Amino acid sequence: MFDQLSERLQGVMDGVRDRGTLSDEDVAAALREVRLALLEADVNFKVVKSFTESLGARLEGAEISDALNPGQQVVKAVNDELCELMGGGGGRDLVFAPSGTTVILIAGLQGSGKTTACGKLAVLLAAQSKRVGIAACDLQRPAAVEQLKKVGQQAGATVFSLEGEQDPVAVAAWAVESAKEEGLDVLIVDTAGRTVVDQGLMDELASVRKVVSPHDVVLVLDAMTGQEAVGVAEAFAETAGFDGILLTKLDGDARGGAALSVKAVTGKPILFGSTGEKLDALEKFHPDRMAGRILGMGDVMSLIEKTEEKFDADRAKELEEKMRSEQFTLDDFLDQMKQVRSMGPIGNLMKMIPGMGKATAGMGDVDERELDRVEAIVLSMTPWERANPERIDGSRRKRIAAGSGTSVQAVNRLLKQFAQMRKLMKQMASGKLSLPGGSMPGGLMG
Amino acid sequence: MPGVVLRTEQKQPEPVCASSLHRVKQMDSEWSRALDLGADLESEVETAEQKQGAFARLREGLGRTRQALSAELGASFGGAIDSATWESLEELLVLADVGVPTTVRVIEQLEHETEAGSITDGEGLRQRLIEVLAEVAQPDGSTSRLDLSAHPSVVMVVGVNGTGKTTSIGKLAHVLSREAGLEVVLAAADTYRAAAVEQLTEWAERAGCDIVKGADGGDPGAVVFDGVAATEARDADVLICDTAGRLHTDSDLMSELTKVRRVIADRVVGAPQETLVVIDATTGQNGVRQAKEFADAVEVTGVVLTKLDGSSKGGVALAVAAELGIPVKLVGIGESLEDLRPFDPLEFSRALVGE
Repeated sequence: MFDQLSERLQGVMDGVRDRGTLSDEDVAAALREVRLALLEADVNFKVVKSFTESLGARLEGAEISDALNPGQQVVKAVNDELCELMGGGGGRDLVFAPSGTTVILIAGLQGSGKTTACGKLAVLLAAQSKRVGIAACDLQRPAAVEQLKKVGQQAGATVFSLEGEQDPVAVAAWAVESAKEEGLDVLIVDTAGRTVVDQGLMDELASVRKVVSPHDVVLVLDAMTGQEAVGVAEAFAETAGFDGILLTKLDGDARGGAALSVKAVTGKPILFGSTGEKLDALEKFHPDRMAGRILGMGDVMSLIEKTEEKFDADRAKELEEKMRSEQFTLDDFLDQMKQVRSMGPIGNLMKMIPGMGKATAGMGDVDERELDRVEAIVLSMTPWERANPERIDGSRRKRIAAGSGTSVQAVNRLLKQFAQMRKLMKQMASGKLSLPGGSMPGGLMG
Repeated sequence: MPGVVLRTEQKQPEPVCASSLHRVKQMDSEWSRALDLGADLESEVETAEQKQGAFARLREGLGRTRQALSAELGASFGGAIDSATWESLEELLVLADVGVPTTVRVIEQLEHETEAGSITDGEGLRQRLIEVLAEVAQPDGSTSRLDLSAHPSVVMVVGVNGTGKTTSIGKLAHVLSREAGLEVVLAAADTYRAAAVEQLTEWAERAGCDIVKGADGGDPGAVVFDGVAATEARDADVLICDTAGRLHTDSDLMSELTKVRRVIADRVVGAPQETLVVIDATTGQNGVRQAKEFADAVEVTGVVLTKLDGSSKGGVALAVAAELGIPVKLVGIGESLEDLRPFDPLEFSRALVGE
């Protein structure tokens, strides 16, 4: 996400960096590139205008710092400006009722991903040991209630729907009552998608809001939205009102300018970002991290969190011990690979590493199928072979190739690479070799 | 074929051409011009009234865009052409999601014509703007007609999540079945999204056509395979294949789509005749990347631009046409059944500029 934007800005900043000093022309050229990049990223025209203006003012008035060279200073200025535009340091949490049932109202355009977002929020809240319900108030789209029922089931949430009832306001009122009776912690109210020009539907949303008195109103916004994002947000702000934004489809390559625009124009914070189709693919939105990401500084914080979340510390220690004593087998290798892959597609992980956004641009996606093949090869080996890879002979290689549906060459390649890796690990463990920039946690990329 | 819904009685062979021709003439003329049902099924009937109606709808759909554009353009086009004119023109096109490269291209051409003296005043500029935008919308050698001349014809519909694929298919099926009198089969190959099959089933009922379903989470290729079999067994005219929405960046799901297409191509010579990518008009420049990735995966023949009934401009369709040479074929301008329309480049740009 935001990849192309960071590439563009990096392109400009690389030039500035090399020169060392910053002339008026440099400022003008940088601003031009920033403007173009933001426009291509679908940041609203008017937001771009004010962004480049205040960026220009910041650059012109800035004193040359001793700590940073002028190029770095531009990067910092853009970063600060972006950060500010997206709402400063950290995001905020949902607003919960002090006691009783918290009601969260979900609104958005058709196809922005409201129903899926409801399920994801439910999963997120359930993980915080909350009992969650979802009210099915989208009575417009055919089969929307069925979809919500399925999503709710997957999320482990109670779904409130009234068969035959045509009035979403009535369903909403009934659902809130029922949720309170059942003593649920949170009720998420799904609503029909609407177009902003449909006054009737917008009024209906306002009525639903009135009857459920939500503690938090979340606008679901597609990260791919173009210039109209501002108009959409304004229309919702004027009629039903909203308190925060959930940005969907961030796992695509949308440059996500809509996020910048909406925040800048309405002042409403972005609360969550949805980064995948699975129901657990919802993350708290971090404006500061996102700004860093836009600038290609990488999202190291998210990577570290992801690693900590999925990586078993004890097992890591055990592995380290094995590496040191040269006991690292193909079984351990398989284990490691599985752990890394459990954090999501390798390509997504790569993007979080500083500089990798640019570095991997020409390489295309990391081929997950290549990893599948490696897995298949190892799985086609006997336990003895996995423990003693150096003793796998020609006929065994032939059998492994056939068993894994690959070729003898592929098996050879893997075994050779593994032997090299083992050698390298031994050297690293004995301190003869150190990687620049410190070691990865638990041999993460091993 | 588990889970396949089929009417089993054998259809009586009927003189397809003659009866179809008769039916086609009953269609809204705009639709009959937009569908290539084979040479002998052409209908030349066109009433000004019908054309007026569709145009009014499109204008209505683009209403807010039109107002915004024409208010500012009115001022710009009022007097002499100067640098302020070009600046506001640039702003307006960018705000309409036309995208920077295409905006630059359009403005450069108009600037060139102004320098050469063929455009002299604001009104002339406005007229040329409309024409140039229409040219952009209709890339060389492309057509906005749907090619359904083969029997059977297969239409495959793809796109990212939430763009309106299933709804567009429902409406297209309705037009083809109820108005053109064609026998249509739907293949519900979106086995991923919860309740997608139920949604398409409702549309199939409204349109009065058969639907082939698979199991939830099943293999979409298998559903399409069964769809082709059902189409052939019934001797139906058109098979429309729904597919699960997917992000164009998901390489696994994109290769799944390539496979689904191959299933069709292997079974029916020359099929799918039409592969339509559905793009939400509210989408910004990411729409170009979507169209490109889908085109790389399944040889897209046209764009369906949906949700033009909002305040969004749909200018991304121009960017797709200009940068990728893929024409827009259909537009969705409202929620009712009649609101899926054939695309008319000149009308679209007229409505956009606000004539």
